[in-house]
Amino acid sequence: MTKTPLQFTLNGKDTAVFVDGGANLLDVLRRVVGDLSPKYGCGQGTCGTCTVLVDGEPQLSCLTLAESMSGHSLETLNGLATGANLHPLQRTFMESFAAQCGYCTPGMIMAAKALLAKNPNPTREQVIESISGNICRCTGYEPIIDAILQAAVEMRSGRVA
Amino acid sequence: MITVDTYTNANEVSGAFGSDTAIMGGGTLLMGALNYGRQNITKIVRITDPVMKQIADAGDRITIGAGVTMSEVIRSRDLVFLAPVAQSVGGPAIRNMATLGGNLFAGTPYGDFTVALLALDGIVKYANGSEQDLEGFLASRGNRRDLVVSVSVKKPAANEFRYRKVVRVKPMGRSVLSIAARLPTSAGRIANPRVAFGAMGTTPLRAKAVESALDGAALDANGIQAALAAVSKEFQPPDDSLASGWYRNEIAPVYLRRLLLNEGGA
Ligand SMILES: Cc1cc2nc3c(=O)[nH]c(=O)nc-3n(C[C@H](O)[C@H](O)[C@H](O)COP(=O)(O)OP(=O)(O)OC[C@H]3O[C@@H](n4cnc5c(N)ncnc54)[C@H](O)[C@@H]3O)c2cc1C
Ligand code: FES
Ligand code: FES
Repeated sequence: MTKTPLQFTLNGKDTAVFVDGGANLLDVLRRVVGDLSPKYGCGQGTCGTCTVLVDGEPQLSCLTLAESMSGHSLETLNGLATGANLHPLQRTFMESFAAQCGYCTPGMIMAAKALLAKNPNPTREQVIESISGNICRCTGYEPIIDAILQAAVEMRSGRVA
Repeated sequence: MITVDTYTNANEVSGAFGSDTAIMGGGTLLMGALNYGRQNITKIVRITDPVMKQIADAGDRITIGAGVTMSEVIRSRDLVFLAPVAQSVGGPAIRNMATLGGNLFAGTPYGDFTVALLALDGIVKYANGSEQDLEGFLASRGNRRDLVVSVSVKKPAANEFRYRKVVRVKPMGRSVLSIAARLPTSAGRIANPRVAFGAMGTTPLRAKAVESALDGAALDANGIQAALAAVSKEFQPPDDSLASGWYRNEIAPVYLRRLLLNEGGA
């Protein structure tokens, strides 16, 4: 089968792969690149666990044509921690019990990261809106919202690790 | 096996595909269908021509490229009147991907943005330069396999344009129904209005009986009575998991009244 060469940056690193025609970005990240942090939930845009950032904006990788990513800058949950130092969102998710089974967590955190990059001091409503495309079947959402608001506080006050 | 053809010039796309070819907008519907093997597609056509992203103000009308996403509508200073409509589509990630072009083809109950374009006398422009009014386009949607390059709409005067979407979950619910209206007034009376509904048929539809009942009426509780009576008989809405057709007909006058009188409640 003919493959198409594709180059992008993934979490700051130049990445070059060959992809099948029509492949979606989630499959390419997981199966070709080996970044298993974005998850497969529904494959049709409803769950949000495959959310990645494309040039800083959240996109659903299961619905993104991989070939359209040429030259773009991608971020996944894998790129958040610096060595053993977790990103404030990862830490507040743990501290607030915002992850139970954890399946929604990669998408939740990436959606939240995009929000906080644009709006460091969001209201609760703005947090809810930012994760409105992400489904969680375990937590009832409240701990997730609290974790994002707490991360915002910590990021504003400069607590990094 | 699927091949992807990327065109840098939209004009070259016209006639470049058959029934096994799909044009890629943002992919929010198409990629889901491909992931589930629901489409007999062997070729995807991608267009990177900047014309697909253009927003051009031309006097009393404004042209919006078919590749413009809902997030780009929200950010555009020229499309402030359409920002609440774009904001009502999906969640943030969907809005970053979902295009105007794809919205024209979205099956009910989707197509909220198209409802607004319909109330604004939308005109669809194809890659070969030909044009079609949006109502005609929707009536024959799918028959013509051609790239839509843009849609132009009439620019509403201040406070002339209204939009509401009725959902069961917020934010990011699918439409129980959506309504858009352009209500020009002359000497205190509504003059030549447009009213369009989403999720009340297989495509977004103009409410012609409502429009004629409103034409020449005062925009107050008495003036709109005939329009409210007309709306329940205007459509044969579908049953789906959100609402029955009967329910949609029952609530249509309630939400039409709220939209017309600028009342609160969804
Ligand atoms: C979770 C979820 C929530 C959603 N919520 C909403 C909502 O609230 N409201 C709503 O209206 N929709 C909603 N949608 C549906 C969809 O996201 C939007 O309608 C969107 O605008 C479709 O655009 P797209 O660019 O992604 O289309 P695509 O998936 O790229 O294309 C859809 C169809 O249109 C054709 N097409 C695309 N562009 C062109 C063109 N320029 N010329 C000719 N043909 C073209 C494609 O070939 C395909 O057949 C939702 C979808 C999901 C998955
Ligand atoms: S796997 Fe992409 S939205 Fe569910
Ligand atoms: S923690 Fe299990 S789905 Fe969210």
